[in-house]
Amino acid sequence: MSFRGLMILLTALCAVLFAASLLIGPAGFGIGESLSALFGGQGDAITLVMQEIRLPRALLGVMVGVSLGMSGAALQGYLRNPLAEPGLIGVSSSAALGAVIAMQTGFAKTVAFTLPILGITTELTMGLPLAGLAGAVVSVLLILFLSGPRGNSLTLILAGIAISALAGALTSLVLNLSPNPYAIYEIVFWMMGSLANRSFSHVWIALPFMAVGWVMLARLGRGLDALTLGEDAAEALGIRLTRLRLTMVIGVAACVGAATAVSGAIGFVGLVVPHILRPLVQARPSALLWASALGGAAMVLAADVFVRVILPEQDLKLGVLMALIGAPLFLHLLYKTRRAMA
Amino acid sequence: MSVLRPYSKPAFAAVLAAAVSTAAPLSAQDIDPPARVVSMNLCTDQLAMLLAAPGQLLSVSYVALDPLSSAMADEAQDYVINHGGAEEIYLLQPDLVLAFEWSDPIAISMLRRLGIRVEQVPNAYSLADIGPNIRLVGGLLGRAAEAEAMATAYESRLAELTTPDETGPRAAFYGANGVSSGTWSMSHQLVTAAGFHHIADELQITAAGQLPLEMLVLADPDIVFSPELYAGASQAESILDHPAYRAVAKDAGAFTTSATWDCGTPLVIEALEDLHAARDRILQEETAE
Repeated sequence: MSFRGLMILLTALCAVLFAASLLIGPAGFGIGESLSALFGGQGDAITLVMQEIRLPRALLGVMVGVSLGMSGAALQGYLRNPLAEPGLIGVSSSAALGAVIAMQTGFAKTVAFTLPILGITTELTMGLPLAGLAGAVVSVLLILFLSGPRGNSLTLILAGIAISALAGALTSLVLNLSPNPYAIYEIVFWMMGSLANRSFSHVWIALPFMAVGWVMLARLGRGLDALTLGEDAAEALGIRLTRLRLTMVIGVAACVGAATAVSGAIGFVGLVVPHILRPLVQARPSALLWASALGGAAMVLAADVFVRVILPEQDLKLGVLMALIGAPLFLHLLYKTRRAMA
Repeated sequence: MSVLRPYSKPAFAAVLAAAVSTAAPLSAQDIDPPARVVSMNLCTDQLAMLLAAPGQLLSVSYVALDPLSSAMADEAQDYVINHGGAEEIYLLQPDLVLAFEWSDPIAISMLRRLGIRVEQVPNAYSLADIGPNIRLVGGLLGRAAEAEAMATAYESRLAELTTPDETGPRAAFYGANGVSSGTWSMSHQLVTAAGFHHIADELQITAAGQLPLEMLVLADPDIVFSPELYAGASQAESILDHPAYRAVAKDAGAFTTSATWDCGTPLVIEALEDLHAARDRILQEETAE
């Protein structure tokens, strides 16, 4: 399949899943009813449900999916290691730690902007995604420092386990110290991720950070392609490796930090999606970045539709589904990597 | 937005106190009432504080201090605080421990093994279960006559305040994590007794559980009951900040439930009185329109 064909196919898949995400929910409306409520604006209950509950949820599904898919592809391309994934190497859990600290200290409610969005004056507080970004930056830098520029599998995974465990423990500690009795139950949200009950304020606070991240990651393409030939060859081709590295760090941190701040740590997207799509783009990192963006969106949307179909009343966490799909694949990759290393 | 935040706390509590003080002293069958009583559950804490003779109740649970959960948080400050652990309760050397039906079975069995008398008070599933529970705790404390007076006062006031009305204003519960009450809950009994129509009836929700926000929006209630928010932030409670929820609560009128809702004690009468006031206000607003 040509790259163009693949992209058209993935776009169509995303569009179908986006529509499904809008149309499937505990309150069963007819398709016509839903669509007229979505685009109309009579202010009745169905309009409120479509415009304020389902639309932001579906949009966030796309945004989070694009962010996680691209981040996975970028990390794998840069480290030239198929096991690199923001969830597995602790970037997501570090971002969650940042977000949790921001919520408990009240920083989440700071850095306020009042913006007229679509004609409505909306107050947005950027503390939450900023803190998620900060957590993510720290962990990406740590990972790069620990695993070295070549991304040795063993150190990469071990460093990831250590960072994940530490960030997860600190997240639990912060939530346990909270005077709020519900905070403890949120450990599940921050570790498993969910899009339930997200609103447009989550869309608006995440979007600017994600947009910066997407632009940064999209610009990595040529550098990552050159890097497949080795670092020396890449430098000979005029790629400035330090700059490439910096762009990658900021791009991944912005994407994962913002995504985690609004939806919790959703793992395995960045692992599974590039893995499935890599053969279809002839393992070209630049093409894989774009394909993974769409693939990630499709995967998160699909998972978010599934959790509503399987257990509509229960708010099953997205991470549960992702791990069910992703963990066996991860084991398979690990097995293959071990054989390659032996 | 009509925010109803009723608080008429001393009213029924005063009636109860009067009932207890006018009752006869220790009756003949309770020759040897326990002298060192420890309660390890929020609801038994409150029943014990209402019923015990001065100096009889030694300790209540730490939850009794939390004004968001405990209708008697001020009173609880006069007691030793326990955390429901077997060791700390044993060290208080009680001759009676009051526990709840669902209190930690491990702590209870350990206390019993150590020779401490532990009595478990059954959960009040309905407003009608509260009278028998008052009498039960009163009997255990050797305060049967006081308990009888309190239970009778409770039951007659309950009868006055029970005015079910299927066509009354439509009420919904919504709290942290989108958890709503079902028809098996005490909250359901309270609102239906006060003449509201609980949307859980229409949605056929029996046990408490998560109600998707969109179902709440579609149910279009006349009043939404939600608990007071705790200090410190939580994602769970942030659902009450969701624009769709705020739109419903704004249309419907929000009612913050207080700690008197949380336990099957005679203090639910105060909750019922608040509910009647809220209902009258809604009906007045409707006629005004």
